[in-house]
Amino acid sequence: MERRMALLETTARAKRRNRCRSRAAEEAPISELTLAVRSVGRFRRHPLTTARPTASIKEKAVNLVPKRLVAGIAVIALVASACSSSGSGSAVTVNWWHISTTDPAKSVFQSIADAYHTAHPNVTIKITILENEAFKTKLATELQAGNVPDLFQSWGGGIMAAQADAGMLKDITSDVASWKDTINPGALGIYAYKGKQYGVPWDMGMIGVWYNKALFKTAGISAPPATWDDFLADVGKLKTSGVTPLAIAGKDMWPSMHLWTYLVLRIGGKATLDQMVQSKNWNTDACTKAGAEVVKLNALTPYQDGFEGATYDNEAALVGNGKAAMEVMGQWAPVVEAADSTSKTGIGADLGWFPFPTVTGGTGLATDGVGGGNGVAVGKNASPEALDFLKFISQTNNANAINAANIGLSPVLGTEATVTDANLKLVLAGRATATNMQLYLDQATSPAMGTAINEATIALFDGKSDPAKVCKAITDAAAAQ
Amino acid sequence: MSATSARSGVDARSRAKLRTITLFLLPALVLYLLFVLFPVVQAAHYSVFKWNGLEPLDNFVGLKNYETAFNSDAFKTAVSNNLLIIVLSLAIQIPFSLSLALLLNRRFPGRAAFRLIFFVPYVLSEAITGVVFTLLLQPHALVDGSLQAAGLGGLVQHWLADTGIVMITMFIIITWKYFGFHMILLLAGLQGIPRELEEAALIDGAGRWQAFRYITLPLLGPTLRVSIFLSMIGSLQLFDMVWVMTGGGPLNASNTMAISMFKAGIKNQQMGYGSALAVIIFLFALVLALAYQRFVLRRDVEGALTAFNG
Repeated sequence: MERRMALLETTARAKRRNRCRSRAAEEAPISELTLAVRSVGRFRRHPLTTARPTASIKEKAVNLVPKRLVAGIAVIALVASACSSSGSGSAVTVNWWHISTTDPAKSVFQSIADAYHTAHPNVTIKITILENEAFKTKLATELQAGNVPDLFQSWGGGIMAAQADAGMLKDITSDVASWKDTINPGALGIYAYKGKQYGVPWDMGMIGVWYNKALFKTAGISAPPATWDDFLADVGKLKTSGVTPLAIAGKDMWPSMHLWTYLVLRIGGKATLDQMVQSKNWNTDACTKAGAEVVKLNALTPYQDGFEGATYDNEAALVGNGKAAMEVMGQWAPVVEAADSTSKTGIGADLGWFPFPTVTGGTGLATDGVGGGNGVAVGKNASPEALDFLKFISQTNNANAINAANIGLSPVLGTEATVTDANLKLVLAGRATATNMQLYLDQATSPAMGTAINEATIALFDGKSDPAKVCKAITDAAAAQ
Repeated sequence: MSATSARSGVDARSRAKLRTITLFLLPALVLYLLFVLFPVVQAAHYSVFKWNGLEPLDNFVGLKNYETAFNSDAFKTAVSNNLLIIVLSLAIQIPFSLSLALLLNRRFPGRAAFRLIFFVPYVLSEAITGVVFTLLLQPHALVDGSLQAAGLGGLVQHWLADTGIVMITMFIIITWKYFGFHMILLLAGLQGIPRELEEAALIDGAGRWQAFRYITLPLLGPTLRVSIFLSMIGSLQLFDMVWVMTGGGPLNASNTMAISMFKAGIKNQQMGYGSALAVIIFLFALVLALAYQRFVLRRDVEGALTAFNG
């Protein structure tokens, strides 16, 4: 999951380069606002001034920036006060830990915090930015010591569940009740555990099949496959045409695990998969049938030479260089393919996306997805102000800012229009209609279970296991939890 | 000690000496206790709990973590891989280094250059070595291409992707990285042997092999034994390079004990189980080291380490 976060940041950075020029012109107000806030933000982030922000600090900050930008701050204040009605009270500090160490994410988050402070002068948002790995280590240490930040980065799933079980998180089910309908339910569900809400997402993507339109055409395939049988037939055609039909990564394991998850989901349905995760019994029909489909796929020898030792970067390079026709991957795929390709531009307009095909006879919905993203978890001591700020982050204007800066795909409903990248729009279309969202299985479960699932499934793709063995291995690992 | 105060100055002086020694040893001792011994004890403590690092440490499971380890196929593979590397190192790597050292101990033009070239791989960090070889060993990359160009296309393998080949690949790379180090070590040992001894043996009618077998080799013994010791301990700790190249895969085929420990403790957040693995590795290395010192290195370190236990 670190990997995915890093990729997301790369995505944001790479995309920003292409976008800023054109977007800046259309959206002058936003960039101006961001700029203004950023200069104030830098000033306020000083350790001495973060503790007790007063009017005088604000004045100084304002004096430091040109008049033109003061107008920007005023606009933010206006927007912010229009959106929230929380009045002034005694001074409160909200601690927020996030892991966006680079721009644009860093400054967007700072500007959201500053806008909130402007609207609620008594509330200070104290941001702590940590690098991903440092964040995990520091959070674990602080949690053990009982110092839980009010708001902090979370991916939901198994790690969040462990934090909730340890009593470190606040049950915010009733606090979000009034506004939870503004957020994609599938995405929100990832931050719920045992029926209680512990966090809120600000980014949510979905895994699908990225494919090379030109290679499909050469192989005589006119349209992306809608069913798994078509998919297998297309794999055969691609193989005959002389390309690698499907790239996977045996060393990193998780890319093919997602393919297997989709098969389980399509065959058994979301309820069955949930049941498997919760009951810790994976010896089910859905599991063995999914494995049998992988065996069918294996029989076509669809993967690249030496895939057993390949990394995700190897996989992305094959697709990016037009050597492999497909990969099952998340929304970050286009950027990584480009970065890992020899030309550094990937396959450009030849790249397409389709949702994972349905399996004939399966009870799963074609619209169910596998995905994941980023969110904010709420610590056990969080104040009402912290929760109000969480709501503020999830407001349409801030969600739009996240989309526009390409930091993530906001799960706030009605903000889809601010995503402009053609590839991401495809993913978004899939996600918007998603009936259920299954979090990446290696994140939905505990880290140890995640490893067990990855290792069991890659053995199947390597041809060194069989469907029943996979289900048993995962069940055994679950029993040891 | 029941020394009376009115003893000779010798006792007072040795007491003063002891005080000085203690004083100078103290900083190092404190650091050693704090950062070596204390964590070892701590790991042993954690190892009898089921603990994810977050919850309170209250789920006591006794020796269950150790049981899990010895029942785990992945860990069994890891132990046998570590042993395999030890055996191969002793059987191939050290003799290879020794023969190179003997060769480079003779006078010939370019000797210094060869010594340098052979030593260079050792200077690279394991992580960098791992990255470089990963690239070289990709399918259709330099190694495969070179073999094919040389008409040896039949030898091409999935170097890092084949479960049956991957440990051999690892061993070759480990040898490539460390033979220079052992070579330099042995070379230094060879240079400490007076030439006259060998010359005398040759004059007395010994053959080259006899001179080597009965003069050079015994005199090189101390160096050789240290070299073997370092090679064994290094094989037990094998981690960085394998982690970078395969992560212990495919399908745990290149798993090592240290990788198992890292995966359990850091990646899977099974701090208790990870600690149990750490304790097993520690005991493994400790027993091996003590046994080696007691029975093999004894002659070399007589008086330094063996004096205490006789």
